[in-house]
Amino acid sequence: MLAFFVRRLVQAALVMLIISVIAFSIQDNLGDPLREMVGQSVSEAERQALREEMGLNDPFLIQYWRFLKKAVQGDLGTSYFFKRPAVDVILDKLPATLELVFGASLIIILFSVPIGVFAAIYPKHWFSKLAMGVSIVGISIPVFLTAILSIYIFSVELNWLPSFGRGETVEIFGGWTTGFLTRDGLVHLILPCIALSSIMLPLFIRLIRAEMLEVLESEYVKFAWAKGLSPNRVWFLHALKNTLLPVITVGGVQIGTLIAYTILTETVFQWPGMGFLFLEAVNRVDTPLIIAYLIVVGLIFVITNTVVDLIYGLVNPMVKLARPQGGDD
Amino acid sequence: MSLLEVKNLEVRFAMRKEELVALRDVSFKVEKGERLGIVGESGAGKSVAAFSILNLISKPGYISAGEIIFEGQDLTKLSPQQMSQIRGNRISMVFQDPMMTLNPVLTIGTQMTEALHAHQDISKEDAKQRAIETLAQVHIPSAATRFDQYPHELSGGMRQRVVIAIALITKPPLIIADEPTTALDVTIQAEIMDLMMELCRTSEVGLILITHDLGVISQMTQRAIVMYAGRIVEEGDTKDIINDAYHPYTHGLMDALPQKTTPGQRLNQIKGVMPALSSIPDGCAFNPRCPLVADICRTTIPDYSNIGSTRVACHKAAPRGS
Repeated sequence: MLAFFVRRLVQAALVMLIISVIAFSIQDNLGDPLREMVGQSVSEAERQALREEMGLNDPFLIQYWRFLKKAVQGDLGTSYFFKRPAVDVILDKLPATLELVFGASLIIILFSVPIGVFAAIYPKHWFSKLAMGVSIVGISIPVFLTAILSIYIFSVELNWLPSFGRGETVEIFGGWTTGFLTRDGLVHLILPCIALSSIMLPLFIRLIRAEMLEVLESEYVKFAWAKGLSPNRVWFLHALKNTLLPVITVGGVQIGTLIAYTILTETVFQWPGMGFLFLEAVNRVDTPLIIAYLIVVGLIFVITNTVVDLIYGLVNPMVKLARPQGGDD
Repeated sequence: MSLLEVKNLEVRFAMRKEELVALRDVSFKVEKGERLGIVGESGAGKSVAAFSILNLISKPGYISAGEIIFEGQDLTKLSPQQMSQIRGNRISMVFQDPMMTLNPVLTIGTQMTEALHAHQDISKEDAKQRAIETLAQVHIPSAATRFDQYPHELSGGMRQRVVIAIALITKPPLIIADEPTTALDVTIQAEIMDLMMELCRTSEVGLILITHDLGVISQMTQRAIVMYAGRIVEEGDTKDIINDAYHPYTHGLMDALPQKTTPGQRLNQIKGVMPALSSIPDGCAFNPRCPLVADICRTTIPDYSNIGSTRVACHKAAPRGS
């Protein structure tokens, strides 16, 4: 276990290093930050002095090294627009985005597993055919369209659900704002979460169905039937556990993709999260904020994948976390 | 009363355009504690016959006619719930490939005790005790340790012993083994066969052994069935099938054994291949490959005739070499 963690930590550090290089190298390609910081009236000589003072004229590697030294201490620069540390600005918006992703993941898990399993067990049932048909449509419709459509139907026409913002939030654990504890907050979560899950949900229904169909044909499921076990035990223990192995792997990667999709969802719903912030930062060429966003998202990616690997190890006995690499399997 | 009596069993596969008949008019009996072998080439319908007894044929296959009388009740008329009370409890199965038969994500212990819990009101501790005893019975060393291990921690031979232990744990009167050694090394094959023989003898368990290996049939079983294209072509006491067979197909199988050939010579083989279910020839299904074929064989399906202990379906039934 410890060996696994150490190995994983080294890997994570390496991945973060690569992400930081990529994120930092964006800086030079996004236009002149000074144009955003100072007005038109500042003379070229003053700009040159400012550039020198900020170290923007130094070679790339020196700038990067300076950036890295600070980054390790948690300092990713100061947002040009907010005039506050970029990390703080991002972290303020982190709860909103993570709750959105969490809500969407919850919807995906709660619906994809039962529907996918049902469609595999009863492939000819009308509901299975309906689910398969609808899921194809769902995969094909882009998130922002689902979002706009759902706002039109449920907010504008039916007036059931709010169309923008987080609603009422409460602060817990000192600083984490949550919308899950108030009625208003929950109501505001519904549409954005559904919109965000709208692409992954059909994908996972189809994935689970396909995997489950394959597993149901396997010899060990046949053998389980031959033992006279109850259908529930065969389906939900023998078959489902094996079905979930590849699903967990895909799921870990997809959580990252979900975070990427929040940029669209948050923009449509005016959701005060990181994605919305990122888009604003891009418009303002707020380079430190952009870099900070990329690094924080990269970190979330690395962390979720590590957690997923851990869960995978718990489900699949053939993965021994304690064993060093190149074990005897 | 026989332990198992299969009467005129017919199994069909409902394909999109047509119904394929996989088994036709299959009848046989297994007495208490008797060991029956079913032999034939791939596609002869051996496995379909075995799986249909427990109604485990994969879709779109289904039993279209016939009766399967086991301990006095017709298995074809049971509800799914009643059927699952027979499976693994009164009739157990051993599958072909032990690498595929055990669930990779469940411990040996779980996979053994769940069979007990499904059929008996037994406490967790007692079930564990029984499982460990049964593992010892199939000669698995340090059975208590194995209980908590996963299938991938065991070798192929060990896994097949575990599968046999699972089949035995409910003490069923009949075990159906579908090519139980085909996927194993030759040395392990002999061990597993010896083990099955020993267990059947000591606990009076009936056995239906499906194999394409006549050598195994002759060592293991008292009666034997030879199948071709979904039909029984010859049935009788094993020693008669081995020594005095009447059907040209059985002769062909016997001649194909490597022992029958002198070293350096090409192995004997039956010319041609088993027909697909969709293109079974008129008359005797074996006629295109048969060395004794006559006109009648191409038009009329042969009836069964009894010669001594043997029942044979052939117009030209004759002892070998005659």
